[in-house]
Amino acid sequence: MNDSVALLQLRGLEKSYAGHSILSGFDLTIFDGEFFTLLGPSGCGKTTILNMIAGMEMPDAGSIVLLGNDISQVPAEKRPINTVFQSYALFPHMTVFDNVAFGLRMQGVEKKQIKPRVLEALEMVQLAHLADRKPAQLSGGQQQRVAIARAVVNQPKVLLLDESLSALDYKLRQQMQLELKRLQRKLGITFIYVTHDQEEALSMSDRILVMHQGKVQQLGTPRQIYENPANLFVARFIGEINQLDGEIVSVDGDHTYDVKVEGLQWTLKAQHNFTAGDKVHVLLRPEDLRVEYIDDFHASQYLVGTVVERNYKGKTLDSLIRLGSGIEVLASEFFNEDDPSFDYRPNQKVALKWVPGWEVVMPAEKSEAAA
Amino acid sequence: MRIFSKLYIALILSLIYLPMFVLVINSFNQSKYGVKWGGFTTSWYTKLFNNDGLIQAALNSLTVSVIAATAATVIGTLAAVALHRYQFKGKALLSSMVFVAMLTPEIVMAIALLIVFISLGITLGFVSLVIAHITFCLPFVIVAVYARLKEFDMRMLNAAKDLGASELRIFIEIILPLILPAVISGWLLSFTLSLDDVIVSAFVTGPGYEILPLKVYSMVKVGVSPEVNAISTLLLVVSLTIVIISQLLIRKDKTQ
Repeated sequence: MNDSVALLQLRGLEKSYAGHSILSGFDLTIFDGEFFTLLGPSGCGKTTILNMIAGMEMPDAGSIVLLGNDISQVPAEKRPINTVFQSYALFPHMTVFDNVAFGLRMQGVEKKQIKPRVLEALEMVQLAHLADRKPAQLSGGQQQRVAIARAVVNQPKVLLLDESLSALDYKLRQQMQLELKRLQRKLGITFIYVTHDQEEALSMSDRILVMHQGKVQQLGTPRQIYENPANLFVARFIGEINQLDGEIVSVDGDHTYDVKVEGLQWTLKAQHNFTAGDKVHVLLRPEDLRVEYIDDFHASQYLVGTVVERNYKGKTLDSLIRLGSGIEVLASEFFNEDDPSFDYRPNQKVALKWVPGWEVVMPAEKSEAAA
Repeated sequence: MRIFSKLYIALILSLIYLPMFVLVINSFNQSKYGVKWGGFTTSWYTKLFNNDGLIQAALNSLTVSVIAATAATVIGTLAAVALHRYQFKGKALLSSMVFVAMLTPEIVMAIALLIVFISLGITLGFVSLVIAHITFCLPFVIVAVYARLKEFDMRMLNAAKDLGASELRIFIEIILPLILPAVISGWLLSFTLSLDDVIVSAFVTGPGYEILPLKVYSMVKVGVSPEVNAISTLLLVVSLTIVIISQLLIRKDKTQ
């Protein structure tokens, strides 16, 4: 990945349908060779952005600049950009070979060059042996791979993937995630992936843009987005998260605050600036929480609750714990057979602990956008 | 019970096919009035082929049908593609008018077309016949092709565009191969509709251009001659052939 080279720039994009604004003043820079993901719930505008990059839709205003050239008025068929569609959209009357060769033929590539290039692309997705089949004779995963080969064979500057894995079953999807990432590294082509699946986004991307209702929520690496969500929407959309309400008691120093949560006072770090009296959310990932046995004597020092439910998940053991205020918190711990303290019963009193600093403190939001 | 159901089927089939069977037999019957079997002969066919008027009418009919079916297929296919693929003003109206045209009583269409031809000053004859036949064949082609188009996930056209294909290439390389069976069966349907049309043709043709169904009709007015049996048998063979071809096309398409 070459961080310094801006491959694609979207500047001030506007789009509305029937007077309803989908995007306004949208800016984005995508670097050469990165795996970029547009993540958001359906209707957030991510597919509209993809369609405008592909040329299937034209922006109402703004420009799309590819390697310094404004391509916003260039029709889709003339853009050096290819798409892997959600529905694969393979040509049913053509063989796998002809499907993959289609783009090359349309561009007028010399006939004797077509065959080796098509076979190379098919080999890359391990389908060279099925070149003579029709799409209907392939499994979903194989069709997916043909769609990828059909797009990458044209050596596009940018490859767009529109929810490309969502039609596959769980196991195949996981496998294809790895394959896609491997392929992207190997080809060095910039991938722009659109999905509503946060797990997919986290596992494949170099950078993720989280969107909601046409607005950018956060742009960052998967780690930044998971560990330091910019707002409550991002925190809730990316993975499970527990939300506790608190209030700043005093400022202790640089980004360190005394915070009152669940009747107890904690010293917490925060990226935001607060003053005493500010309402805050304290967010904790379920996997960062530890559940421990507690006796009545020590109970006053910890976040204490009663076990409501225990769910064995194989890899992890999930506990739903009701705190004193009535809020329910999920803790997800790796299963350890040798640890006897793991055996809690419903209604048992337990303490919740976490490594200091793993919590996220952010300003309380009034309108709570549901993820 | 089994015997009963078999008899029932036999009865239905004989109701449908017995008259045609009698007609075919009679076309080889030496006895002129066809009540008794007078021995096998092909003389009616010989006589038929020596009847210049009848042969001319048959050739005229074929000419009109081929031209009308071809024109209706081309126009109808493009119309169906446009209705399916593009958004334009009056699209809903146009697509419902297609069905109205299909369900309009033939006599109404015949009179309407006649009025149009007279008011436009088009001489009744070959041209008016072809235009009229294109008109009543068109909706059938549109419906057949449109139904076929709806079977496919047309997002693949976006994929073709994305891969660099122009609208023309998309039509030639993607749409046409996929709808071809429907286009062909649309043509065959138009051809048979046109070939045996009596009502519309009777209104819009002129005295100078005689076509087969009308000729046969006028011959029957003075009694069913064995020649009519012979020509009907030939028409039956043509229709059967067309039906078989279109069925084979559909079957081949299903197994793909």
